[in-house]
Amino acid sequence: MDRKITYNETVVRQFAIMTVVWGVVGMGVGVLIAAQLIWPALNFEVPWLSYGRLRPLHTNAVIFAFGGSALFATSYWVVQRTCQTSLFLPKLASFTFWGWQTVIVLAAITLPLGITQGKEYAELEWPIALLIAVVWVAYAVVFFGTIAKRKVKHIYVANWFYGAFILTVAVLHIVNNLAIPVGLTQSYPVYSGAVDAMVQWWYGHNAVGFFLTAGFLGMMYYFVPKQANRPIYSYRLSIVHFWALISIYMWAGPHHLHYTALPEWAQSLGMVFSLVLLAPSWGGMINGIMTLSGAWHKLRTDPILKFLIVSLSFYGMATFEGPMMSIKTVNALSHYTDWTIGHVHAGALGWVAFISFGAIYALIPKLYGKEEMHSIKAIELHFWISTIGVVLYIASMWIAGVMQGLMWRAVNEDGTLTYTFIESLVATYPYYMVRLLGGLLFFAGMLLMAWNVWMTTRPARETVSARAAAQEA
Amino acid sequence: MSSAWNWYIGIISVANILACVWLIRWTARKRPGEGAAHETTGHEWDGLTELNNPMPRWWLWLFYITIVFGLIYLVLYPSFGSYPGLLGWSQYTAWEEEVAATEERVAPLFAGYAQIPVTELAENDEAMQTGRRLFGNNCAVCHGADGGGRPGFPDLTNNKWSWGGEPEQIHQSILGGRNAVMPALGGALGEQGVTEVSAYVFSLTGRSAPDDLVRRGRDRFEQQCAACHGMDATGNTALGAPNLTTPENWIYGTSLEAIRTTIRDGRQGVMPAQEELLGEDRVHLLTAYVYSLSQEARAREADGAADE
Repeated sequence: MDRKITYNETVVRQFAIMTVVWGVVGMGVGVLIAAQLIWPALNFEVPWLSYGRLRPLHTNAVIFAFGGSALFATSYWVVQRTCQTSLFLPKLASFTFWGWQTVIVLAAITLPLGITQGKEYAELEWPIALLIAVVWVAYAVVFFGTIAKRKVKHIYVANWFYGAFILTVAVLHIVNNLAIPVGLTQSYPVYSGAVDAMVQWWYGHNAVGFFLTAGFLGMMYYFVPKQANRPIYSYRLSIVHFWALISIYMWAGPHHLHYTALPEWAQSLGMVFSLVLLAPSWGGMINGIMTLSGAWHKLRTDPILKFLIVSLSFYGMATFEGPMMSIKTVNALSHYTDWTIGHVHAGALGWVAFISFGAIYALIPKLYGKEEMHSIKAIELHFWISTIGVVLYIASMWIAGVMQGLMWRAVNEDGTLTYTFIESLVATYPYYMVRLLGGLLFFAGMLLMAWNVWMTTRPARETVSARAAAQEA
Repeated sequence: MSSAWNWYIGIISVANILACVWLIRWTARKRPGEGAAHETTGHEWDGLTELNNPMPRWWLWLFYITIVFGLIYLVLYPSFGSYPGLLGWSQYTAWEEEVAATEERVAPLFAGYAQIPVTELAENDEAMQTGRRLFGNNCAVCHGADGGGRPGFPDLTNNKWSWGGEPEQIHQSILGGRNAVMPALGGALGEQGVTEVSAYVFSLTGRSAPDDLVRRGRDRFEQQCAACHGMDATGNTALGAPNLTTPENWIYGTSLEAIRTTIRDGRQGVMPAQEELLGEDRVHLLTAYVYSLSQEARAREADGAADE
C-alpha cells in the first residue's frame, strides 16, 4: 500500500480550531440565557439580548457551529485516512469551510436582530438557508468523491455513518426550508397548519437523528478504536444497527406532536418507531464500549478515552430516555416541561460534546505535529468538571420537569387546577440555579480546552509564521 | 381518507419494521469460510480492524420485544390512516370523557354556589379558595395573580371600575366580556388640540397645567369628550368610559405622554367573554371572588364617607 499519500490537513485544522472557538461562544451564550431565566434583568432591556433571540443563537451555535465544525473536521480526516487517499476537490473542501463559517456569522447577526423563520433548529431565513444548501451539496461532493476514489476495497463503517448524515441532512434541510420569500429577511413556508408542524418535526427529529447521532457515530467508529487501539467489537452489529437506525429514525418525528392536531395514526407510528429505535441506537453504544474489552485499564490513564467512553454512556442513557418519553402516557407528563431540556442536554453535552472533545483532543496534536496535547492534566480536569456539570444539569432538569408536569396536571376536588403556572415557575427556581451551576462548570471546561489547544498549537503557529516572514524577507 | 392511503401507510410502515427482522436474520447467518468470533474480518483501514463477534443475544431480544410490542400497539390503536384500532381509543373521546366525568362530579358544587348571592358568597372562605384558583388560571395572566392589574389591564382591588363594581356589573363583565373603545381623536383635534385637551385632563387630577391651555382644553373636552366621559369628566359605566378625576382609573398610565397618546391614537380595551369557557355557575363564583378583591377598598371608602 502506498504510504506516501499527502492528506489535505489544512481544512481539517481550520474546522478543528473553529470547533473550539464556537464551543466557547455557544456554551457562553447558553450560560447567559440560563442566568436570564433566573434574573430576567440580564437582558439589560436590549432587544438583541432578549431570551427569545439568544436561545436560537445558543442552539444554532452549539449544534451547527460547534457540532458542525467538529463533524466537518473529523469526517475530512477520517474519510482520507480510511480511504487511503487525499480529498476529492480540495478547493471545494476549502469552500465548505469558508461557506460554513459565513453561515454561522450570518446566524450570529440575524438571530439577535430577530430575523427568523420561527422553526426550531431551522430559524435561519431563506438567503442563509440557500447558502447552507450550497455548502452542504459541496460537502457531499467532496465526501462522496473521496469515497469514490478510495484506494481500499471496502468502505469503513465510520464512513457509512458520515455518508448517511451528509445525505439525509441535505434532504431534511431542503424540504423543511421550502418557502416563498417576501423580502430579503422574510418568507412564508409552503406548508400550512398540521402539515407544516409535521414537516418541521420530521426535520427536527431527524436533525437529532442524523446530525447529532449518525454523524457523531461516524466520529465514534474512528476515534474509539483508534484511541483504544482495539478492533471494533462486532462487524455484524455495525451492519444491523446502521441500517435499522437510519430507516427507523425517519418515522419517529411525530412523537414531538403527541396530543395535538396531528392525525392520531401519525402519532401512533411516531411512538412505535421511537420504541423500535431503542435497540438500533444501543447497537452503537455496545459496539463502542465493547471495543474497549481487553483494554479497560487504559481508562485509568487516558482522559481522552474517558471522554469517548463516557460519551457512549450518555448516548445510551439519552437513547433509552428518548423512546421512553415518546410513549404517549409518559409524554403527557414530560412534554413542555424542563425534562425535555434535560433530555436534550444529556445528548448534547454528554454525548455530542464529549465525543467531540475526545476526537478534537486526539486530532489537534496530530494536526500540529505534536506528540500529545500541551497538558494531559488539563484534559483530565476538563473531563471531571464537565462530567459533574452534565450530571448537575440533567439531574436538576429531570426533577424540575417531573415536578412541573405533576404540578400542571394536579386537580382539586372542585375540578380546578391546584397550581397556577406562575407557582410552578417559582418552584423551578432552585433547579434553574443548579442548572446554571452545571452549565458554568461545563463552560469552564470548554475554556480550559481552549487554553490547552492554544498552548498546544502555539509553537507550531510561530514556526509557520516565522517561515512566512523569512520567505517575505 | 381513501382506503388506498390506509394501505399505503400500513404497508410501508410494517414493511420497514419487518425489514429489520429480515436484516437481523440475514446478517446473523454464518457465511462459508468466515473466521471465528474472536478473529477479525480481514478488512483493515488506517490500522483499524473489526472482530467477527455475533450480535449480543440480549440485544437481539430487546430488538424483537420492541418490534412485537410495536406491531401489537399498531393493531390496537389508531395507526394506518383512518384505521381506528381494535380498542377504539382516541385522544378526542378520551379527553371528552374525562371532562364530562369531572363536570358531572363538580357541577353540583358550582350550582350550589350559584344559589348564594355574590356579597354573601364573597365571605365564604372555602368558595373563595376555589375562586382564587379559577382566577389564577383564567384571569391572572392579564390582571395579575393578586388582581392588581397591569398597564392596559385594570386593577381589580381598588374599587375603581370602568364598567361598574356592583355584583351584576362585574358578572356581566366576566360573562359577556367588554369592548372599550376610546376613539383616536388626533385627526379631529389636531396636534394643538391634543395638547390642550391633554393639559385639561392632566389638570383634572389636581395637577397644575398652564391656565390658557386648560381653559381651551376644557372647551374642546365639552364638545368632543363629554358625550362619553360626562361634562364633569366622572365617566359613564354604561359605556366603560372611565372617571377621569381619579387617577386609579387610568389603566393606560397617568403621565402627560400617556394621556396624549390615548387622546391622539385612541385605545382598545378588550375583556374576553368567559361564558363559553367557564359557564354561568363558575362565572358567578368568579364574580364573588373579584368582588371580594376590592372589599378592603370598599370598607375604606365607607369609613371615609362616614367620617365626613
